[in-house]
Amino acid sequence: MSNEDGTPRNKPEYTPEENVRNGTGPSQTAVDMANLAEVEDAKLRQQTGKSYSQGQLVRRRFRNHKAAMISAVFLALIFILAFTSIGYAGIPGWWDKDYAAAGAVVNGGNPTLSLVPQWLGGQGIQWGEHPFGQDSTGKDYFALTMRGTQQSLIIALVVGIVSTVIGSVVGSLAGYFRGWIDAVLMRATDLVIVIPLLVLAAVLGQMSSGLGAGILPLALVLGLVTWTSLARLVRGEVLSLREKEFVAAAVAMGAKPGRVILRHLLPNTVGVIVVNATFAIAAAILLETSLSFLGFGVQPPDSSLGLLISQYQNAFTTRPWLFWWPGMFILAIALSVNFIGDGLRDAFDPRQGSRGKKRGIFGFSGRDKALNKTTGSTAGPGGKDVPGQPINGSGLGGLLGGSGIGNP
Amino acid sequence: MLKFILRRFGSSFLVLLGASLLLYVLTINSGDPLKDLRESNADNREYLIEQRIDFMGLDQPWYARYWDWLTGVGKCVIGQCDLGTNRSGQQVIDLLGLAAASTLRLVVLATVIAMVFGVLIGILTAIRQYSGIDYVVTFLTFMFFSLPVFWAAVLLKEYLAIGFNDWLASPDPGFSWPTIIVVGLVLGLALQAVLAGNARRRLFTFLGAFVFTCAALPYMDWLNFARYPQLGPVVITLVGVAAAVGATVLGAGLKNRRVLYAGLITAVLGLVAYYATYGLLWDPNWLIILILAVVAIGVAIAIGRLMGGYSKGAATLVSVFTAVVMGGLIIVEHLFRSWPSYLEIVGRPIATIGSETPNFTGTFWEDFLDKGTQLLLPTILLALISLASYSRYTRASMLEVSQQDYIRTARAKGLNERQVILKHAFRNSLIPITTIMAFDFAGLIGGAVITEQVFGWKGMGELFRTGLEQVDPAPVMAFFLVTGTAAVLFNLLADILYAVLDPRIRV
Repeated sequence: MSNEDGTPRNKPEYTPEENVRNGTGPSQTAVDMANLAEVEDAKLRQQTGKSYSQGQLVRRRFRNHKAAMISAVFLALIFILAFTSIGYAGIPGWWDKDYAAAGAVVNGGNPTLSLVPQWLGGQGIQWGEHPFGQDSTGKDYFALTMRGTQQSLIIALVVGIVSTVIGSVVGSLAGYFRGWIDAVLMRATDLVIVIPLLVLAAVLGQMSSGLGAGILPLALVLGLVTWTSLARLVRGEVLSLREKEFVAAAVAMGAKPGRVILRHLLPNTVGVIVVNATFAIAAAILLETSLSFLGFGVQPPDSSLGLLISQYQNAFTTRPWLFWWPGMFILAIALSVNFIGDGLRDAFDPRQGSRGKKRGIFGFSGRDKALNKTTGSTAGPGGKDVPGQPINGSGLGGLLGGSGIGNP
Repeated sequence: MLKFILRRFGSSFLVLLGASLLLYVLTINSGDPLKDLRESNADNREYLIEQRIDFMGLDQPWYARYWDWLTGVGKCVIGQCDLGTNRSGQQVIDLLGLAAASTLRLVVLATVIAMVFGVLIGILTAIRQYSGIDYVVTFLTFMFFSLPVFWAAVLLKEYLAIGFNDWLASPDPGFSWPTIIVVGLVLGLALQAVLAGNARRRLFTFLGAFVFTCAALPYMDWLNFARYPQLGPVVITLVGVAAAVGATVLGAGLKNRRVLYAGLITAVLGLVAYYATYGLLWDPNWLIILILAVVAIGVAIAIGRLMGGYSKGAATLVSVFTAVVMGGLIIVEHLFRSWPSYLEIVGRPIATIGSETPNFTGTFWEDFLDKGTQLLLPTILLALISLASYSRYTRASMLEVSQQDYIRTARAKGLNERQVILKHAFRNSLIPITTIMAFDFAGLIGGAVITEQVFGWKGMGELFRTGLEQVDPAPVMAFFLVTGTAAVLFNLLADILYAVLDPRIRV
């Protein structure tokens, strides 16, 4: 917590010594008069030369997180590919084949996608008639996979919104009002937690599949079961925030509870919420594919990545492409979302220095940099106690807490 | 403390009650339990429908059915559990017993492996933060988090099981030179990353591992290791001594001769035991193994206490560890001995489906091998996935702890790195990990629904899945009863453990 005071945002505007603020270096008197934190602030400002708002800091740190940025771009590309290729909700895309239309099986359904140029002995870089091949009834597998990817992305979006809204509302109400409201809401949360996630989702998924209205009911259902960990986290944050002076000030000025929660408390918990929502999304994507695989999720005339794997898992030896493509897409989506979540957590982490250390994905330079900082203190693995270094992955909380797939 | 526990019990009980009601209502409304009969063409259709309505109590309103179930569960207090019948009239309590036994066998081993290796990898990556191995492990961890279990399971089946079986069935199972070189390179790179040090030391580690692989694998081929594996007394001794020395290095430092000698004596006694028990272990039973294990641990403790002197604790730990390693090696040797005859019975050893080969009869060791090879794939899969989370948690916890003042103090007063990491940092970082482990043991009993489905394992997950598919509340509720109770109990246990381990926390 103490580092929060170290960011320029919190620096009081009435620093006694102007020379400290202007970066001319702390004089002896300044050190005497200003407290230590202010001197640290001044040093920081001297080094960065510019001060940033909290939002700018977060954005900068996120952009410096290479893995997260690559993942974000990658996810955007998958999104564009899935929705422009076969179109959505009646709007046609640039791919002319339909995922539900059976046809003649050409060349045993082999994929026509080729990435090996002709001068290397391949068939040349080409897309072909059926880039991902065809299934046993001649359906175009590219269209099927894209349909499944669309489903996964819709799930991600809906679950992200539903579980975030429920989780933050429940958590902030419980934390702000405490007393019996807290008791009731938290017991309700326990009620959902105590039923294994997969079990609850399967039962609800089974019910929603009876409605037969496509993916949306299932997505809503998944949102309804994955909010619990966020509610607990937000409650914890709000419990500590509501004791702060700014809340007392807002209440004293006559702010109603709704205003205090929406304007003063929730904006301060946005870090927790965003990071947790990301991991909840990743978990929900995997949960949907698992449910569809078990037969409790998306039902056959429609398609989903998990369902595709379930349908064709026995075809692996003869027609491996029916198995590889959907799996790779699940992995790619979930991995990108997880990396984005990791980047966001690092970005929102107040323990991060404002000049966020640049990390490569496989950067071997990090260790040397860390060692350089501690030369003289401890040899060998001593680089770990450099103050202010980010603690990466300080618990994949959201993923593992309540919203992970409890039963792999 | 007692008041806290009682209050927790009270509220947990109410939560369980509410959750059971919720799940019951949801389950019976999730579909039509008579669907398959309505569509059937059987002559006695009406009778079958009548029978099922009778078994499931479909003619009663939902609250009466729930009440029936609840009173049945309530009788557990007086030792007469009645969890109802499934739709074909079988007692669910009997099904539950079988399912739980099978699931525990599947999950316990995987969880223990995941915990041990996850914590080790977590420590390693925390010590070598921002090194190559840290980044690689981090990337792999994220990948395992994002991996769809069912997909990975099919990959494992195809490449590990079927690949290995084909390789073993081929007329001359051996390693090709490209394989040997690749294995050597990977092993060398991994080992130099783990041991680290300066460029020279890294290079030597790498070369050593590479040359060793290039010599060992052809030698194993020459022995026809794949079909007639053996360790032999030399390898057993070498590994035992290495275990003793390694444990001493970690536990006390090589300078502490008392500890080192305790470990070495245990290793030598282990070799003696190998010969002494050879006849006894030819075709043993579980009781003999258990007695021998107890004797071995007892002897090891005695050696540790006799030799340890001022460092009794460390000496006992090291000699017990050595004894466990020696015991494991002896068991492996006997398994290796039975491998050829097992191959004759089964042919393709690594199974991809089921929990045991049907109608299998053999000696104790062959039976052991059969169960083991059936367990292999699901265990690897489950272990890899939970290993990822343990390593992540341990790493985060270690890094958190190593920024504390008392670590700086420990370094400042001149402790060496081993003592700082193992005694001061690791012990304290274990506090949060212990509570996570308690949670995981709760989840463990619920089994691995998807893994069981993929590997055709008849456990708790299977019970739940078929129950839900048939809109049959009794099995689903039995599953929930076990998992829910376990979750509540272990949650409580985690809280108590936390308070016991960390004196700063008062309940």
